[in-house]
Amino acid sequence: MPNLKDLKNRIASVKSTRKITKAMQMVAAAKLRRAQEAAEQSRPYSERFLTVMAGLASSVGGSDSAPKLLSGTGSDHVHLLIVMTSERGLCGGFNTNIAKLARQRAQDLIAGGKKVKILTVGKKGRDQMKRDYADMFVGHVDMSDVKRMSYADAQGVAKDVLARFDAEEFDVATIFFSRFQNVVTQIPTAQQIIPFEVPEGYEAPDTLYDYEPDEEAVLADLLPRAIATSIFAALLENGASEQGARMSAMDNATRNAGDMIEKLTIEYNRSRQAVITNELIEIISGAEAL
Amino acid sequence: MQFELVSPERRLASMDAASVQIPGTDGDMTVMTDHAPTITTLRPGMLRVEAGGTTHEYVVTGGFAEIGANGVSVLAERAVAKSDMTQDQMDAMFDDAQDAYNRAKEIRATEPGLVDDAAKLLADMVAVGSEVGLSSKQPNL
Repeated sequence: MPNLKDLKNRIASVKSTRKITKAMQMVAAAKLRRAQEAAEQSRPYSERFLTVMAGLASSVGGSDSAPKLLSGTGSDHVHLLIVMTSERGLCGGFNTNIAKLARQRAQDLIAGGKKVKILTVGKKGRDQMKRDYADMFVGHVDMSDVKRMSYADAQGVAKDVLARFDAEEFDVATIFFSRFQNVVTQIPTAQQIIPFEVPEGYEAPDTLYDYEPDEEAVLADLLPRAIATSIFAALLENGASEQGARMSAMDNATRNAGDMIEKLTIEYNRSRQAVITNELIEIISGAEAL
Repeated sequence: MQFELVSPERRLASMDAASVQIPGTDGDMTVMTDHAPTITTLRPGMLRVEAGGTTHEYVVTGGFAEIGANGVSVLAERAVAKSDMTQDQMDAMFDDAQDAYNRAKEIRATEPGLVDDAAKLLADMVAVGSEVGLSSKQPNL
C-alpha cells in the first residue's frame, strides 16, 4: 500500500500541474482571439489582391512572355519545401501534423527522382525536419522575437525565397502550414506558391480593366507581392491554429489532471481508512488479550 | 463613390469620397465617379481623398489601385496617414527603397531598365519626404 504522505504529495503536485495547464489554456484563449482578429483584418486585402491576380493570370498567364514566377522555369526538378511551424511546443499535434505532411511530400518527391530543399520557419519544425533531412536544409527563419506577426515578417520570408528563385536554386516552392477551421480542428495544408497559382474560389472579374502601365508590367509588379501575401496569410492562419491547438491540448490536460486528482483522492481516503481500521483492530485485540 | 484603403494588416479607411488622387506609376490620376475601370500600380507618393469637404492625405508605397464600377480600392503595402508619419517610418520606407535599388544594381546589372525603375523609386521616396515635411536621408545612387 502506498504510504499516505506520498499520496498527499502526489495530489499536491498534480493540483499544481492543473493550475499551470489551466493558466496556459486561458492565455491561449486570449491569444487565439487576437490571432483570429488579425487573420480577419487581413482578409479584405488578400481577397481583393487575389481577385485581381486571378484576372491577370487568366489573361496573361498563357502567353510566352509570362513572368517565370507565374509560368515556372519550365522544369520541376528541384522543389523547395517551406515548412512553417510554431516557436513553442505544448500545442498538441500541431507541429507534428505539419511536419508529417511535409515529410510525406519530401518522401514522395525523392521517390519520384526529384531534388528536395527545405526551408523552415519556426523552431519546432526545424527540429523535427532536421532529424531526417538535415542534408537538405537550405535555411531557417527565426520568428522567436516576433510578438505579433506583421506583414514585414512575411515580406522577409518572401524576399529570401524570391532571392533563391532568382538565383535559380529551385523550380517549385510549396508552403506547409495549418489552416484554422475551429478550436479543435486545424488542417495541415500544402500550397504551391511558385509558380504562383491562384487559390480556388477566386474568379477573374467580369469587368474589363485598363491596366497602367500595361498588363505585363502590373503582373510583374504584383507577383512578388502576391507571394508575400500568400505567406502572410499562411503565417496568420498558422498563428490562429497554434493557439487553437494549444488551447484544446491544455483543456484536455486540465481535465486529465482533474480525473487523476479524483482517483488519487479516493485512493488516499481508502488508505487512510485502512490505517484507522488497522489501528482499531490493534487496540481491540490488545484489549482482549488482557 | 466608395473609397477604401487597405493594407495587408487591416483596412485603414473606408468612406464615401468625392474624388481620389492616386500616385500611379505613370503619373498621378484623379478619380471621380464613373471613371473607366482601371488597375494601376502605385509609386511612393501622396494619396489625397476629398470626402465631405475635407481632404485626407496618406503616404502610400507599393501596391496597386483598383478603380471599378462601385468605387476605388487602394491596396498598399504600407500606408500611413500624413499626420501620423514619423521620422522613423520615413527612414524605414527610405531604407527599403535604397535596399531595392542596391539589389537591383547588384543582380540586374544586365537589365538597365530595372535599375532605372529602382532609382526612380528612390527618388519618389525623397519627394515624399519633402512633401510630408520630414527630412529623408541622402540617396546613395
